[in-house]
Amino acid sequence: MDMSAYPLELPADDRPMVRFMNVVKSYGRLVVLDQLNLDIAEGEMVTVIGPSGSGKTTVLRMLMTLETINGGVIYIDGKPLTHMERNGVLVPADERHIRKMRASIGMCFQHFNLFPHMTALQNCMEGPVQVLGLSKAEARARSEELLTLVGMIDKKDQHPSRLSGGQQQRVAIARALAMRPKVMLFDEVTSALDPEVIGEVTNVIRKLVAEHNLTMLMVTHQMGFARDISDRICFFYRGKIEEQGPPAALFGNPQKERTKQFLSAVKEAD
Amino acid sequence: MSFDWKWDFTWEILPRLLAATVNTLIAAGAGYAIAVVLGLVLALAQRTPWKPLTLIVREFVEFIRSTPLVLQIFFVFYVGPQFGIRLSPWTSGMIAIGLHYSAYLSEVYRAGIDAVPRGQWEACRAINLSTRDTYFRVIIPQALPPSIAGMGNYLVGIFKDTPMLSVIGVAELMHAANAIGAENYRFLEPYTLVGLIFLAISLPTAGLVRLFEGWVRRKMGM
Amino acid sequence: MPIWEFLQTYWPLLLNGTLITCAQFLLASVIAIACALAAGLGKLSGNWLIRGAAVIYIEIFRGTSLLVQLYWIFFVLPLFGLTLPSFIAGFLSVGLNVGSYGAEIVRGAIQSVPKGQWEAGYAISMSPAKRMRRIILPQALALMLPPWGNLLIELLKGTALVSLISVADLMFQAKQINASTFLSAQAFGTALVVYYILARFLITPFMRWLERSMARRLGRA
Repeated sequence: MDMSAYPLELPADDRPMVRFMNVVKSYGRLVVLDQLNLDIAEGEMVTVIGPSGSGKTTVLRMLMTLETINGGVIYIDGKPLTHMERNGVLVPADERHIRKMRASIGMCFQHFNLFPHMTALQNCMEGPVQVLGLSKAEARARSEELLTLVGMIDKKDQHPSRLSGGQQQRVAIARALAMRPKVMLFDEVTSALDPEVIGEVTNVIRKLVAEHNLTMLMVTHQMGFARDISDRICFFYRGKIEEQGPPAALFGNPQKERTKQFLSAVKEAD
Repeated sequence: MSFDWKWDFTWEILPRLLAATVNTLIAAGAGYAIAVVLGLVLALAQRTPWKPLTLIVREFVEFIRSTPLVLQIFFVFYVGPQFGIRLSPWTSGMIAIGLHYSAYLSEVYRAGIDAVPRGQWEACRAINLSTRDTYFRVIIPQALPPSIAGMGNYLVGIFKDTPMLSVIGVAELMHAANAIGAENYRFLEPYTLVGLIFLAISLPTAGLVRLFEGWVRRKMGM
Repeated sequence: MPIWEFLQTYWPLLLNGTLITCAQFLLASVIAIACALAAGLGKLSGNWLIRGAAVIYIEIFRGTSLLVQLYWIFFVLPLFGLTLPSFIAGFLSVGLNVGSYGAEIVRGAIQSVPKGQWEAGYAISMSPAKRMRRIILPQALALMLPPWGNLLIELLKGTALVSLISVADLMFQAKQINASTFLSAQAFGTALVVYYILARFLITPFMRWLERSMARRLGRA
């Protein structure tokens, strides 16, 4: 593969927070994402929607470096994430480079993935103490502040098994934020929740959008929620962005046939 | 010799057998301590990205598990001197029994680690934990509670296998019973007492392990 | 002495020992399987006398050491008028010991057969014995084969202890050669390798084959 087409660093006047450049992901012969190009500006909230199997979650997992990519380059804040410079060209990144770059990304999962043997507070403090090297006191102050933000401060000494799904997901959001990421990823964070607790999680994300200048990328099935808070919606179909645009335009006046079909099918299911 | 049980003989030999029981417990404890640590090394060595190491360790574990402990005890004890290394019965016994059970414990750990959900590994990556912290702070603590039942079984197992150490002259319970039998030409009381002492220790231990497992789970909030 | 020279000199003794080990293994397996089935079913019996006997057998043989059981059967049983030749005392002890572990496997497997299967057998008015034999046991058998594979390797290893009551098995021959030649690495090393080959290239593949053919018979292949 010719890597000379990819800059070692993006120029200052064309430097989105996230750039997917011709990214390919395949499992054997099955191509999940085909030549993906996607920019996300600093502070932008982008939501990915689409039928299951369209590659939505894979986009997030590649950005979190949970999946390796088979082609193209991902840039974070102008610097390559999946690659690093060696002798003037980009080569696949080693573990050290990935760890350094990954520090600017945080992720929340569908199944929360809280550490079951730690309390809510310990879950939040784990990264700041072990990875960022903060003192226990600093990490505690930061974590308590974030647990207050997500409304979980009164449960800070509970283990995850004692918390409801919505409460666990709010702690998971606080845990991700405690690392002070530049980019936050939300992977179907409400899909595993009972309907009556979805609101407590979406409200936390609304608050983040309103009060913080975080760059966010979200996969969700909550169309109303996506419409309310996103700056842009990307509709994925068979590993490609079929259509994208501001929520009002995409939901109100979709241009492509596939988009219309998907949106009307979702509306019927609601 | 006759089959009538002699109580005065029983009382006479009981203190000696109980003293030897202490040695049995020390042997089991020391062997187990070796096995617990070495087993973890063997389990983690099978998870390195370097495939040849995984294969070699895997085959080594299979080898240890498929061959008799008593033969391994003889091997460690007799092969050293052939190459100028003289090991005491205790040392060779502890090496053999510790190594043998480390192979079993590595399988217990391996199953425990495999049982930790994939999401936990991903969460560790998402907060950028190092591989070491991922293992020692997140994965192993969660792999431990489900491993306790298996670890407990092998604690009782190692205890029950200590009589094999008598073959190279480690002065444990079986060794004492053999000696008493040979000195007095009476085997009924010493061998029966040895059996009863084993029962009296291994049955309650199995129960205690179950209690301990529940306690650890509660303690970890799981 | 190089290993090939060692093998050239001592292969008849080692082969003899291996054959005795195989005989001990097969005979002990028969005893172990019979005891495991009897005690495993017995522990599930409605009759408290049968249940109690099964529990006592299982706890005594699991709670003490094989070596203690072997010595007791060989040295103490004669005092009760039952003198067994060492060959028989050997496989009998090993079989009884392993059978007590096997009993728990049998019990666990039978209890793992879904309740619906018991009820379906009941619904077509099968007698309890027939239901056990025709419906439950065939399914339980498939469940218990993998743990039995491990247990049979434990049994093979257990047979090495019969050398301590002078049964001339592989372990015994290795000890004899070691005592007369001091070629410890060669003698014990060869024996280790032979046990390994028996376990990994005979017992394990055989059990795998049994598992597969059992799965086929249950239509699960």
